[in-house]
Amino acid sequence: MNNNKKSNMTNIWCMVPMREKTLTMDTLNPQVKAVEYAVRGPIVLKAGEIERYLEEGGTKPFSEVIKANIGDAHAMGQQPITFLRQVVALCTFPELMDSPSFPEDAKWRARRILQGCGGHSLGSYSASPGVECIRKDIAAYIEQRDEGVPSDWENIYLTTGASDGIMTILRLLVSGKDSSRTGVMIPIPQYPLYSAAISEMDAVQVNYYLDEDNCWALDINELHRAYQAAKQHCQPRVICIINPGNPTGQVQSKKCIEEVLHFAYEENLFVMSDEVYQDNVYAPDCQFHSFKKVLYEMGPEYFSSVELVSFHSTSKGYTGECGFRGGYMEVINMDPEVKAQLVKLLSVRLCPPLAGQAAMDVIVNPPQPEEHTFKQFHQEKSSVLGALAEKAKLTEQILNAVPGIKCNPVQGAMYAFPRIFIPPKAVEEAKALGMQPDMLYCLRLLEETGICVVPGSGFGQKDRTYHFRMTILPSIEKLNVLLGKVRDFHISFLKEYSGLE
Amino acid sequence: MSQHTKRSVCARNRTVFLSFFTSNTPLCPTASSTRTASALPLRGKVLTVDTMNANVKKVDYAVRGPIVQRAVQIEKELKEGVKKPFEEVIKANIGDAHAMGQRPITFFRQVIALCTYPQLLDDNKFPEDAKNRARRILQSCGGNSIGAYTTSQGIDCVRHDVASYIQRRDGGIPSDPDNIYLTTGASDGIVTILKLLTAGEGRTRTGVMISIPQYPLYSASIAELGAVQINYYLNEEKCWSLDISELQRSLHAAREHCNPRVLCIINPGNPTGQVQSRQCIEDVIRFAAKENLFLMADEVYQDNVYAEGCEFHSFKKVLFEMGPEYSSKVELASFHSTSKCYMGECGFRGGYMEVINMDPEVKAQLTKLVSVRLCPPAPGQALMDLVVNSPQPGEPSYQTFMKERTAVLSALAEKAKLTEEILNTVPGISCNPVQGAMYSFPRITLPERAINEAKAKGQAPDMFYCMKLLEESGICLVPGSGFGQREGTYHFRMTILPPTDKLKIMLNKLKEFHQKFTQQYS
Repeated sequence: MNNNKKSNMTNIWCMVPMREKTLTMDTLNPQVKAVEYAVRGPIVLKAGEIERYLEEGGTKPFSEVIKANIGDAHAMGQQPITFLRQVVALCTFPELMDSPSFPEDAKWRARRILQGCGGHSLGSYSASPGVECIRKDIAAYIEQRDEGVPSDWENIYLTTGASDGIMTILRLLVSGKDSSRTGVMIPIPQYPLYSAAISEMDAVQVNYYLDEDNCWALDINELHRAYQAAKQHCQPRVICIINPGNPTGQVQSKKCIEEVLHFAYEENLFVMSDEVYQDNVYAPDCQFHSFKKVLYEMGPEYFSSVELVSFHSTSKGYTGECGFRGGYMEVINMDPEVKAQLVKLLSVRLCPPLAGQAAMDVIVNPPQPEEHTFKQFHQEKSSVLGALAEKAKLTEQILNAVPGIKCNPVQGAMYAFPRIFIPPKAVEEAKALGMQPDMLYCLRLLEETGICVVPGSGFGQKDRTYHFRMTILPSIEKLNVLLGKVRDFHISFLKEYSGLE
Repeated sequence: MSQHTKRSVCARNRTVFLSFFTSNTPLCPTASSTRTASALPLRGKVLTVDTMNANVKKVDYAVRGPIVQRAVQIEKELKEGVKKPFEEVIKANIGDAHAMGQRPITFFRQVIALCTYPQLLDDNKFPEDAKNRARRILQSCGGNSIGAYTTSQGIDCVRHDVASYIQRRDGGIPSDPDNIYLTTGASDGIVTILKLLTAGEGRTRTGVMISIPQYPLYSASIAELGAVQINYYLNEEKCWSLDISELQRSLHAAREHCNPRVLCIINPGNPTGQVQSRQCIEDVIRFAAKENLFLMADEVYQDNVYAEGCEFHSFKKVLFEMGPEYSSKVELASFHSTSKCYMGECGFRGGYMEVINMDPEVKAQLTKLVSVRLCPPAPGQALMDLVVNSPQPGEPSYQTFMKERTAVLSALAEKAKLTEEILNTVPGISCNPVQGAMYSFPRITLPERAINEAKAKGQAPDMFYCMKLLEESGICLVPGSGFGQREGTYHFRMTILPPTDKLKIMLNKLKEFHQKFTQQYS
């Protein structure tokens, strides 16, 4: 029956006039067309093609594609934290509570989570802001992290990854028309979720440049400049900061954070602080300062008025649980009526995934020194963070030894964002091909070495500067190989495009 | 004052004189802020109901709306020992089966546990068929871990399994894995497709045809996206079936003020529970083809069919059986979920959509759009895999699986019938057969006086009714006004999910309440 239908289709296909589709590039939502997300963009699609080609037996100058484009630790071989997986497994299949191979510490946490779930099942919808006891655990964690600064559990919302929370808050903030349209201040370079969200929501992107010569620090004068320029054509309402930074890896100083908060206070800006890398700080002279804590320490006038939302996630840190889509946001000083609107908005999507909520709970409620599981937990955590610190240093060192590459210290997060010198001839060739020079560079790198990194143009950079973002996540052996190949490639690229003929 | 904050701020003048002594006492920030707040001008908030996104304000989602908030409040009061005319709140407002005591399918939880904690692959208490599926899923994950991001479209082997499932379900009609997108629950897929479709301005703004009554995700999304909602009324007298003449009427009226481009249909229906006939589905497809409408078929209840003589017909299958004139043209997106049917795994946020005849360039845009959110939750994707790749005859887990599945579905069928029967014995309540899904949506007759009292309070009459029901009996339902209904008619939606004995109690309390209410307001 199927075969006949197929042959009929082929015959009739030529006879029936083509009906114009309802949904075409012309009728598609123009805001969707404007969206770009380089981290999974054209270069990654190309890398995927090459991988499939290799799988089918094709030959390349390399035997595997190294995907150093995305902050996905497990994909690069990082191991999950045993305790976290034990708790989530117990929640998933409570029959395991009878198993002697699961520690009691994990069991009581799982029991507690399940008691907070409808029908004691991870399969129930939770309340839209998340399971209550998990929200309370998060508040307690924040209080401890911030050395006693109070955190109200009712200001905590679990999210489907941090990206979900960020988009939800931006949705609330985008309003106005033309010159009163919401302007969103974002760092350049930035994590392109922000620019993508701004495009999709048709808000106005307001760029403030981080200072590459000063370790990607935030310069308050630059904030002022950006703000003043933006006021001409939009209504800046939000300032977004990523600390520790993505792609740049800088860890902002406390003073800098104070200046930003003061600026936000002064100019009436809503502050969004993306702190998903708060556990990824490597440089010994750097420390994570939460925006909330700094705000508190600036005194009651600031702490009671600056509207701030901070974001965290299960995807980074030392757990690397990207696939669970876990996260939370803490909302400070939000207008109560707007808060009710936020809750209403969240309710339409029902709730974030329960497994992710459970994972988040373990992160904020990990084994304590007095518990049996502490030793192994602490070992695993230190091992992951130690390896990342080592790889951060290694990456910076090797890249800085390459003529034509300059890499700022990877103070935190999971990426290096080195500046690359691209010869004018290569820049011209790229322009002739209608692509960004660093895209040309990265495509060549991919084709010749199998290494997939993301061109700096995908994150934003000062005009006529070029960068790429690579992760520091591959194993140290692979990373050494990768960095060696990048070095060799860069040198040969320079040679190729430096000659006059 | 031992510590003080001196400041004079003039934002407009760009001059700020600031000197402050920071408070290092975590215990009393409030006290000091009260002291200082009165001395200084209040800074207006950036984000208020006036400055926020106006579209968000228009969003309503009754399933978790005001009545549910009140129910939660009452639950807290009961916990604190406040006396009520009832001991517990029965939450019959939301399609959450596990919350009402339904058990998960053992096999599914075994596989997910194995994926979560692969050390269990060495545990001989887990059956081999569960282990095989877990291994297969993990092999398809980055670093063999469900903690890795997956590709944005979803794990490859899962999409292949989904395509095979669809092909089997639809009698061999091929399904291309490349047309399958895993989603974070069906809601995610539905919102994504609506986003693609929303364009134009004023008279050319996208119009979205939705059934009345509808599941309010649709109206909420339309409001937030600023698209135009176009209502087509289901026929209550004919078991909530779809009338093509009504589709025609609604489309014509809509063309005056917008550009109708989408037709959404929920089958089996929510809140109505009707299972559309094959003829009806054909008529809808023909209509969509003729009027150039993108079809969105919400089929999350496809396994929840109870009534004799009713059968689930997938839109895809009917489309292809109508021949190439239709199957090569009509743009269709079908949605499924792990939250309903016999699984009830709402909390995993699993789902998929199959897109048929989508313009290839638009498809690339769709893939790009979903990439920004990286990927749907991997455990939910794994669960979806099990739904489409469940134990087969001969496999060790088959018998238990079938037993559990049958138990759930037959309990639901029993409760569907029970609900319809009991409600129909109540004078003033009229309940269409619950042919499928998980809800009944009975029509209630309200006395004039009650309607007037409600209106005086600024409340929809069925909200007034449901609030009273909640306060007097602890039963939480959702008023029909939250789903849409014909003017001058009133309904409520209740789930058929509580366990049978609780359901019986609930229905009888409802009966009593309705009679009392009718008397009280007569």
